[in-house]
Amino acid sequence: MSNVFIVLQANEETRALVEAIQLDNPHAVVVRQPAMIKIDAPDRLEVRRATIEELLGRSFDLQELHINLVTLAGHVNEDDDTLTLSWNS
Amino acid sequence: MDMKVAKKKLPLKEKYQYLTRDLGWETTYQQQEKIFPYAEYEGIKIHDWSQWEDPFRLTMDAYWKYQAEKERKFYAIIDAHAQNNGHLHITDARYLSALKIFLQAISPGEFAAHKGFARAGRELPGIGTQVACQMQALDEMRHAQTQIHALSNYNRYYNGFHAFADQRDRIWYTSVARSFFDDAMSAGPFEFMLAIGFSFEYVLTNLLFVPFMSGAAYNGDMATVTFGFSAQSDEARHMTLGLECIKFMLEQDPDNLALVQRWIDKWFWRGFRVLGLVSTMMDYMLPKRVMSWREAWEVYGVENGGALFRDLARYGIRPPQGWDDAEKAIDHMSHQFMLGLYQWSFGTSFHSWIPSDEDMAWLSAKYPTTFDKYYRPRWNHLRKLAEAGTPFMNTGLAKLCQTCQLPSVFTEPDDPTMSCHREGRYLGEIYHFCSDHCQTIFNDEPEKYIQSWLPMPSLFQDPLNGDVGAWMQWVSLLNGKDNGDFVGSEDEANFQLWRGLATKNQ
Repeated sequence: MSNVFIVLQANEETRALVEAIQLDNPHAVVVRQPAMIKIDAPDRLEVRRATIEELLGRSFDLQELHINLVTLAGHVNEDDDTLTLSWNS
Repeated sequence: MDMKVAKKKLPLKEKYQYLTRDLGWETTYQQQEKIFPYAEYEGIKIHDWSQWEDPFRLTMDAYWKYQAEKERKFYAIIDAHAQNNGHLHITDARYLSALKIFLQAISPGEFAAHKGFARAGRELPGIGTQVACQMQALDEMRHAQTQIHALSNYNRYYNGFHAFADQRDRIWYTSVARSFFDDAMSAGPFEFMLAIGFSFEYVLTNLLFVPFMSGAAYNGDMATVTFGFSAQSDEARHMTLGLECIKFMLEQDPDNLALVQRWIDKWFWRGFRVLGLVSTMMDYMLPKRVMSWREAWEVYGVENGGALFRDLARYGIRPPQGWDDAEKAIDHMSHQFMLGLYQWSFGTSFHSWIPSDEDMAWLSAKYPTTFDKYYRPRWNHLRKLAEAGTPFMNTGLAKLCQTCQLPSVFTEPDDPTMSCHREGRYLGEIYHFCSDHCQTIFNDEPEKYIQSWLPMPSLFQDPLNGDVGAWMQWVSLLNGKDNGDFVGSEDEANFQLWRGLATKNQ
């Protein structure tokens, strides 16, 4: 089993994103580092638009993630509702 | 009264189809093979380009929108940095050495990557690939520009920033990064994609930008945190593109496996050698350190690289050949390289120094099996010489590796007391190498590497003829200002003076 991860800048905009990712991925581990937040999860991690919109209280395009993204690991698959990271190992 | 009805948005997959795939066409006036002459020249077999898909499904309209927002964020902070004496907020002026190396060696690499992707986007026939390469070509140009712009604020106050363009071409340590990019740019388009997408983005930028930018945040350098994270926000897309390219080659034809594996072996080691510079930045040059080179390697090398190779195993890919030797080098490389930089500091456009007692205690805690045994005694010896007023300067020049262009300062993988050096002959000439892996890379393409420009031999050629003063002039190095020990430097004195002025009213 391998970890996928996503790293976001630590700022106002990403607070709701991190919270949403935690809600949708209870198996994920959140590590707070200087200026950035790393979220590790075994094999698979999902970022869901609906959860983010609920927490932000506004509509959100998943591609807005690019603005605050630092790095990630795993195969990416993105559609309108979900961004998925996964390994096939 | 008319109600405004929001236009129905196209679903992402459909939009990607319209704005990417549907922009391509089959040529009729000219044969495809004539338009894309390099598509088959490396031996990679592609049967169906339509199978290529950007996993983010990013289209140009969205690209401009989000990049514009990144730029606005970047310049807001750069303005604030310039308006608020940002150059005095860093922890210590020693920190500047890391920025100088970055500007001299890495930023020009971003520009080289820009040129390379502009070319790859032209040479690869698939439309999905062309669009992705176009975005990356623009990204890399943006990175070079924002880095130069951010660091120009430091150039107004400190030494060593002023001639990065000359130094990129002429000084010795930058040729390590330069040769990496020249090697990639002069390869075919598929090898280029793997070299940058996999080696530079996946292996290197995680290890370079992520802990280093976090380190910049720890050291009060908002300008660098900002250009770093702004660039890094593009890197996630670049890594994904690199990984997609590897998968695409492997899925298109089983015959591609041998070539892809050879490139992974080659570019892992090329990238690892460039990381030698980064390891010294992380372990020695950040006054306030965020994690050691060893710790960064555990997260982004062992764990993340391991995950990638377990995943690619289904295609028959194994971890790169140099992987085990890299692991053996991790606890030694930053110390060996920093000792080299200190000894040759008369020829560097940044300062180095002997670590303090406190620094050595940190190094010893982070490298419990190697620092006290092999490296503390050497630093102590250098300190004794410096205190006696006879600091050690190594005026002899090390042999340079013909492949990675690093001076041979590293040791044998299994014996840290034995200098590692390999020698080979090609057409009657002798060539030197730092490791078995660099020699293997040379032996695979000797005609390419015998053409390398090497900085040491150029010192002895006409018109310099071994004259170090003339060499300094040629590389735009101001002797006594840009180079040498940090202790006693203008940067040290000015930083103390200006910081004092900023907090007092005299």
